[in-house]
Amino acid sequence: MSERFHDIVLTVNGEDVRERVDARKTLVDFLREDLSLTGSHVGCEHGVCGACTVRVDGVVLRGCLMLAVQCDGAHVETIEGVSDRGEIADLQSAFETRNALQCGYCTPGMLLTAQELLARGGVPSRDEIRAHISGNYCRCTGYQAIVDAVEAVAQARAGGRR
Amino acid sequence: MKPAPFAYERARSLDHAIELMGAEDACLLAGGQSLIATLNMRLSRPQLIVDINRVSGLDRIALSNGQIEIGALVRYAQAERSTEIAAHAPLIAKALPFIGHPAIRNRGTIGGSIAFGDPAAELPACFVALDGEAVIAGPSGIRVVKADAFYKGLFESALTPRDVLTAIRIPVATSETRTAFAELARRHGDYAMVGLAATARAVGRALSDVRLVFFGVGTMPVRARTAEAALAAGDVEAAVKAISTDLDPPDDVQASGAVKRQLAGVLLRRVARQLTGEDA
Repeated sequence: MSERFHDIVLTVNGEDVRERVDARKTLVDFLREDLSLTGSHVGCEHGVCGACTVRVDGVVLRGCLMLAVQCDGAHVETIEGVSDRGEIADLQSAFETRNALQCGYCTPGMLLTAQELLARGGVPSRDEIRAHISGNYCRCTGYQAIVDAVEAVAQARAGGRR
Repeated sequence: MKPAPFAYERARSLDHAIELMGAEDACLLAGGQSLIATLNMRLSRPQLIVDINRVSGLDRIALSNGQIEIGALVRYAQAERSTEIAAHAPLIAKALPFIGHPAIRNRGTIGGSIAFGDPAAELPACFVALDGEAVIAGPSGIRVVKADAFYKGLFESALTPRDVLTAIRIPVATSETRTAFAELARRHGDYAMVGLAATARAVGRALSDVRLVFFGVGTMPVRARTAEAALAAGDVEAAVKAISTDLDPPDDVQASGAVKRQLAGVLLRRVARQLTGEDA
């Protein structure tokens, strides 16, 4: 008999998690409501805005377009984990220095998406940066400062001058 | 919004998926980048979700008998990295960067796009332009359906509720193959207002076997057959003129039908230049 509720076992930011979830619960709602990890935000709930961006098994995806029940056995990372590990300390610092955030609602998703591009190495062009963050909406900054910050970090990581 | 309640099953195999799909009001879940959005908005309210993401063997890209076979669970990002697709299915490689955004392409699947058949999506049009084949597994076994016969209407295809699309097959590009792709969208990654996927065979400086497939202009991918013949005859102006007989795009939230028809002509000129190599 097909069931609505399922037991899932996964890791979230490196910690083992065992929970019983309703099949209809999206990953981002699970993270926020069941695990109190509220750094991942809920915006449009249909995959357009990117506020809910999280990393699952090493790739960024939409937390609103994946069900928690699908994450059984997965390794999930959120902005809390990636931030605490210091993986993006330089990127966060660049965002602050260059005013690449105002209200901050889009920032966790923006950081995770930008980090996916930066992790490939090299210095992407501004057009490549814009294309990569095109699925993350920011209604405050006009993007210019965000592209500046990502570009500066790419150059710094590549050994160039800031 | 949040999805209405449903039961969930993770299919262990293709046969298990087909068996599960026998239930009342069941719905297949692949990448979920369209389905889960419609669940969230309660535009779809299935009783049962059958998740095929862990069915093994559906994420392969293989060459055989002059065809490239792309498994239904191949994700867009995987396809973008594939040297086989770049070499043997260049039209797909050209279209992929236009699909959604990186996070969507990390999760969305080739099979999901083909099976869902959104009339404004890129891959269904490419599939028809490439004269591909759909490999379908159902309760009575495997069958193969040509792309021209695959789409039946708005979100309707040769797939029955019990079927699982397992792969698409596309003829491998040869030295004579020409492909072209163009779309106009309000923002990069959005669904196109109008798009065009095209293939042809180069015969000296001329083109033959031209296939022009528009998307975002009807209830499914639309072949512009009069324009195809005109382009094969080397007459771009006649092909552009033929758009008005070949296409009758309805108004939608993106643009009026008249605007879409105008833009279709713009795309046709761009694609014609790509096909003849003037843009190369």
